[in-house]
Amino acid sequence: MQNMEALPYFPGCTLKQRAAGFDRSARDVFSALGSPLAELAGWNCCGATFPLTVENLLDLTGPARILVSARAEGTRLAVACAACYNVLRRTNHLLRTDAEKREKVCLFVESEYDGDLEVVHILELLHREIGCGHVRQALRRPLEGLRVAAYYGCLLLRPAAEVGFDDPESPVLLDELLAAAGAAPVSYPHRGECCGGYLAVRSEEAALGASKRVLMAISAAGADVVVTSCPLCQYNLDRRQAAIARQEAGFRPVPVLYFTQLLGLALGADGAGYRFDEHYVDPRPLLKERGLVEG
Amino acid sequence: MKVTLLPEGLRPALQRRVEEVSGQNVLACYQCGKCSAGCPAAGVMDLLPSQVIRLVQLGLVEEALASQTIWYCAACLTCAARCPKGVDLPRVMEALQELAMERSGDHLPPGRLSAEALAEWPQQAVVGGFRKYTW
Repeated sequence: MQNMEALPYFPGCTLKQRAAGFDRSARDVFSALGSPLAELAGWNCCGATFPLTVENLLDLTGPARILVSARAEGTRLAVACAACYNVLRRTNHLLRTDAEKREKVCLFVESEYDGDLEVVHILELLHREIGCGHVRQALRRPLEGLRVAAYYGCLLLRPAAEVGFDDPESPVLLDELLAAAGAAPVSYPHRGECCGGYLAVRSEEAALGASKRVLMAISAAGADVVVTSCPLCQYNLDRRQAAIARQEAGFRPVPVLYFTQLLGLALGADGAGYRFDEHYVDPRPLLKERGLVEG
Repeated sequence: MKVTLLPEGLRPALQRRVEEVSGQNVLACYQCGKCSAGCPAAGVMDLLPSQVIRLVQLGLVEEALASQTIWYCAACLTCAARCPKGVDLPRVMEALQELAMERSGDHLPPGRLSAEALAEWPQQAVVGGFRKYTW
């Protein structure tokens, strides 16, 4: 088992609020594998979306401050939330490649920053550094053929040149990690397509349309459970199932977990603090049936 | 899509503004439709994404600003990943959102949201929604 130094870790605001189960399970996973996550001493919200208009420097200051704080604690920063990962990677890329903007933003946040921090997503750390072999060795409750739909969403994958660590149209890393934990990943379309994101704030219908396409495919593929790495994907896919069941007679609801919740249980965690009771589609019957939680 | 071109309807200055704010050359688009084909929100849009950029190309920015489409962009970047001409359409959409709000203020005034809705949505949705929909 590897023993690495504690990894500087940025949870983001949602992982302290609605997605506390994601935060807790991510910490459990990394502790079980010998590389504990160490939350940054001081941090702020990343802003949830990367500013797309080219002169919007103000919305870069939040993520820039995070990069500066993280750089004071090391040369790498682990991130679990796909949105935070996307914002921080894209901000880092912009600051590295645009000297004029870097100078202006650094002046505003009153810090020097060279762009020499590496922002890494926990999935990449788990698969490429810690490795599937170590995960397999550390298993306490192998997932025994549990049919899992790995849902990547959009923020981990695009734009591929700036954030991508996996194929943008046919990603595999999460599937392979789950297979190492003993699960049987199911194949289905739309794995890297948008769940609707923040559209729910404006129109439930729009969010429903996007999530429905993904969920119908997952249900048809016979998955027992869906896993994701984004609080908004988890919310959209979980929340919309009641409405889909009303619209489509044959739709079979499928619980939606953060991949670290499932992996944490597989690595021996007891699930305390995973907040399964807050999910819309209750995952506990399935987890009890599979011996992953007591009950 | 029927488009009527009249000299008084064409606003090259506004078209240049969209290009400046988005950093995109809208004339690079050759209307292949891949963006519209892959857009997860196309089902609820009044104009397709490729139609919006067509309007901007023709200088008919006002019509683009009046569409519901620009507010349904989730910035998922499926279109940008697939565009054969490298046009970053989400940047154009955000530029149009900003121009619209510059004129009319918040698209989604925070005061209009119920306490129940705010309690239900994850923080990420609230922050993201306010970032995109308020001025």
